[in-house]
Amino acid sequence: MATGILKRAIAISRGPMPSPAAAAVSSAAARLLLARCHASEAEAQQVEPKAKPTTSLKTFSIYRWTPDCPSKPELKDYQIDLKECGPMVLDALIKIKNEIDPSLTFRRSCREGICGSCAMNIDGCNGLACLTKIPDGADASTITPLPHMFVIKDLVVDMTNFYNQYKSIEPWLKRKNPPSEPGKEILQSKKDRAKLDGMYECILCACCSTSCPSYWWNPESYLGPAALLHANRWIMDSRDEFTKERLDAINDEFKLYRCHTILNCARACPKGLNPGKQIINIKQLELAK
Amino acid sequence: MGGANAPRRLSGMQKQVLALYRGFLRAARSKSPDDRRRVESIVSAEFRRGAGQVDRKNFLYIEYLLRRGKKQLDQLRSPDTTALSSLNFIPPSQSVDSRK
Repeated sequence: MATGILKRAIAISRGPMPSPAAAAVSSAAARLLLARCHASEAEAQQVEPKAKPTTSLKTFSIYRWTPDCPSKPELKDYQIDLKECGPMVLDALIKIKNEIDPSLTFRRSCREGICGSCAMNIDGCNGLACLTKIPDGADASTITPLPHMFVIKDLVVDMTNFYNQYKSIEPWLKRKNPPSEPGKEILQSKKDRAKLDGMYECILCACCSTSCPSYWWNPESYLGPAALLHANRWIMDSRDEFTKERLDAINDEFKLYRCHTILNCARACPKGLNPGKQIINIKQLELAK
Repeated sequence: MGGANAPRRLSGMQKQVLALYRGFLRAARSKSPDDRRRVESIVSAEFRRGAGQVDRKNFLYIEYLLRRGKKQLDQLRSPDTTALSSLNFIPPSQSVDSRK
């Protein structure tokens, strides 16, 4: 069915067809290939204009601090040619590390927004370097580590506290009864599964927690949006039988109620989630309890 | 570490450093006698080096060292950790640098 829609869409995009529908179906594979070629070419043309001038220089001011040389942290400027660089900030960072300064340190892994390693503060906004386009304009872009986190080196921050908080909400399935069929998985209805949408996508990049002023002032006692989102993910899971215990565990003036619905978290999330909404859900469940 | 007769008033950060050192010594007691001696000598050398080389007003760096030390202490405390080892690395750019 889906392929049928796709074929029709291609047929429409390619204008009126002189041949009968049967012919269109027989050559659908070739058309699909053609259409794909066109699509990627069109995309390439969209990217091209930015790199049209022979050189398009851009300055990045990057936070540098290394424990080997105990001096004050500084912003160091690197100028690169955007024409010879990929479109994302991570591409620029890798280019700088490869070609200008191999001592520049940052975390990166998947370069497609699924690992959450390259979270950093780009021009004042938290985000994943691999999902953030290099900002237009000639003025310098500032890249700093995640705010209010302890720096280990350059853009690498200490995530120990963040992970410990995640650990403290016990992010695994907890059951009181064994599954009805021993050795089999516990089934879930589609409706129950839909409740987890908007939560299971979280990759724990810490962009939300480190953008939250409340988390800045109480990083030890307030769990932060990321951990609370995951707490809600397990509270809402129909298969989990420790819902009440989970609610009791975070029903705390600091752990949960330091959230003042500032909603910086929703603005920062590179995956488009809304941790603030999930925290509100927890608060409502606490009230209804 | 303060005169013997007149105990020096220590700042909060100095107390933290001493507490960390004490923590290391206590953690070392749980290891085998041989490893314990080795751990103690490495830890003591590291603290001595820090005391001699780190500017006492460089709070940013001392705080970093404290955090690093706490993490290492947590690892050392685990019963799975049997020993501690260190290696001496002088980056080529700094081997001639006098401020190292």
